[in-house]
Amino acid sequence: MRLIIDLARGMLSRRRRQTLVSVLGVALGVAFFIAITSIMRGFQTYFIQQVIDVQPHIVIKDETRSPAPQAAHMAAPDGAVAINGVKPVDRLRGIRASGERLAVLEAIPGAAAAPILTGAALLRYGSRDVTITVTGVDPTRYARVSNIEKDMLSGRLEDLRATANGLIIGDSLALRLGVQLGDTVVAVSPRGVSLQMKIVGLFHTGLATLDQSAGYVLLKVNQVLQDRPNVVNQILLRLGDVTQAEPLAREIEARFGERTESWEEQNRNILTVFVIQNAIMYSVTGAILLVAAFGIYNIISTVVFEKTRDIAILKSLGFTEGDVQLLFLAQGLIAGFLGAALGCLIGQLMIEGLAQVRFHTETPAGNDRFLLARDWRIYAIASGFAMASAALAAVIPARRAARLDPVQIIRGAA
Amino acid sequence: MSTPAPLLVAQGVTKTLPEGVTLVSDINLTIDGGEFVAITGPSGSGKSSLLYLLGLLDRPTSGRVLLEGRDTAALPAPDLAAMRLARLGFVFQFHFLLPEFSTLDNVLIPIRRRAALARPAAEARARMLLDALGLAPAAEKMPDQLSGGMRQRVAVARALANDPVLLLADEPTGNLDTKNAAAVFDIFARLAKEDGRAVLVVTHDAELARRATRRVHLVDGRITSDEKN
Ligand SMILES: Nc1ncnc2c1ncn2[C@@H]1O[C@H](COP(=O)(O)OP(=O)(O)OP(=O)(O)O)[C@@H](O)[C@H]1O
Ligand SMILES: [Mg+2]
Repeated sequence: MRLIIDLARGMLSRRRRQTLVSVLGVALGVAFFIAITSIMRGFQTYFIQQVIDVQPHIVIKDETRSPAPQAAHMAAPDGAVAINGVKPVDRLRGIRASGERLAVLEAIPGAAAAPILTGAALLRYGSRDVTITVTGVDPTRYARVSNIEKDMLSGRLEDLRATANGLIIGDSLALRLGVQLGDTVVAVSPRGVSLQMKIVGLFHTGLATLDQSAGYVLLKVNQVLQDRPNVVNQILLRLGDVTQAEPLAREIEARFGERTESWEEQNRNILTVFVIQNAIMYSVTGAILLVAAFGIYNIISTVVFEKTRDIAILKSLGFTEGDVQLLFLAQGLIAGFLGAALGCLIGQLMIEGLAQVRFHTETPAGNDRFLLARDWRIYAIASGFAMASAALAAVIPARRAARLDPVQIIRGAA
Repeated sequence: MSTPAPLLVAQGVTKTLPEGVTLVSDINLTIDGGEFVAITGPSGSGKSSLLYLLGLLDRPTSGRVLLEGRDTAALPAPDLAAMRLARLGFVFQFHFLLPEFSTLDNVLIPIRRRAALARPAAEARARMLLDALGLAPAAEKMPDQLSGGMRQRVAVARALANDPVLLLADEPTGNLDTKNAAAVFDIFARLAKEDGRAVLVVTHDAELARRATRRVHLVDGRITSDEKN
């Protein structure tokens, strides 16, 4: 085996410049793969981390996946005649028996659950009107499933209890309304209920939609405001192990019947974007490696063509077809290996370079730089790809070399 | 039963190309160890073709070649390669040294491929062969730094690397001047006489052929005369 490698190195050394070019091709492919993967993976991991951090892991909604069957259908499910135009029964929306369900959910190890009622309301202060989404919460429970406590600028979630009709809003909304902590605003719901509310807290999440148009009140208060006594329309869950969210959501939905979404389902659109992003990235680097593979194919073919005499003499000396094939495969692998090694080095330098870049825009999370994933597995995958494509590129000329007839060549040389 | 099988036996060896050209026909030869055989004949008479067949580089279309009593006709290609590696040695008109490797490394290639010797022993053997052929000072030199005669002697050393029982040479002196050609033939004569190998040399040169112990003459792919000293 050492002999084969020595012979392979010797043969490649004759074509130093061409070998260098194909090695560089592989190296560039590998380096780009490493740098791009690092950026993408870094961003995606950060994004998912944020989602997991900020959002509830599972949301149980007051709806079912398919519409509830109507009376006519239930009476004769297999009826030969379909009756259309029957007035559907209005169902009171809301999650039923929420207390029992909460008890079941909180029994799941590592899980925290919080019932909420959301609804629209118009906030009025002086001459200004702003429509917001009001979320009625149980402060203790809600604190366990959300990060809002961390984002409070003044006041605390618990303060809702201390004040009759307390309201917590975002700082941007406060600015728009021109209110300050302690001021009293009027909230009017679509059902016509109107309540005087006192601002007991301000928060800043960095997410414009929340900061501009969200408000938190006690669950009971919102039930009065929305005129939906004892109704809960969502149950939020946080889990110890986020990877269990999807299977658990399916289990809950099967048990309770209500539509239950995991964080993965709620963010499916963006996760799909990631999949497409990854596909594009892999195709681009795949294309670079393909070009690099052509380079290797080219050099090995050239060497085979130039070295027909050497191949003939090796065969006459007793080398088998397998030996000759291995000899040229080894040359492809040497080029692939050098390319991979050089590519890992360049990729590393590119990552170090990217890490120095600063953006002069303030993002909500306060990031002004690339989020880079530094994972040895990226290097391993890139090198593996490079070696595999190099070997594949070398196979065709290697087989051609193995099949050369030494008699023909020796005759031709004489 | 007690008499050992002859080194090389050709029985009715015929080679016809797919196009219908017959290179050699009905060759019957028995060669023993210690023989120094010169194959002569006009250009195009099939001398090289015969050498490739006897050297297991090519297969006859009919007839068979036995090496040390073993019929090679039915053997798969890797087995033939193994026999070439361990039992045969080739020298051609062109030296065919690998240009990227030193004299010593060229001679080491067959020894290392056979892998019967550890590296130090292999190197010692290669140096011994180079020394025997008067090439000791050239061991570290590259082929393009050597004269034509030296290169051909390196090729002989490489052919002898695995101590073959049969050395086959196709016009090994074709590119050499008279003095170098005579030197190479002296080496062949010595190899046959002192080591008991069989040496088979194709040559145009009647003068050199006379130094052999046996002369086989070919015309149109057939043996027309076979005389021993
Ligand atoms: N592949 C081939 N196709 C057609 N004819 C061939 C082929 N190989 C050899 N020949 C012919 O077969 C004959 C024998 O060739 P061979 O090389 O064995 O002769 P030779 O005695 O070695 O000749 P020389 O002394 O010129 O080397 C020649 O006429 C040659 O032209
Ligand atoms: Mg010839």
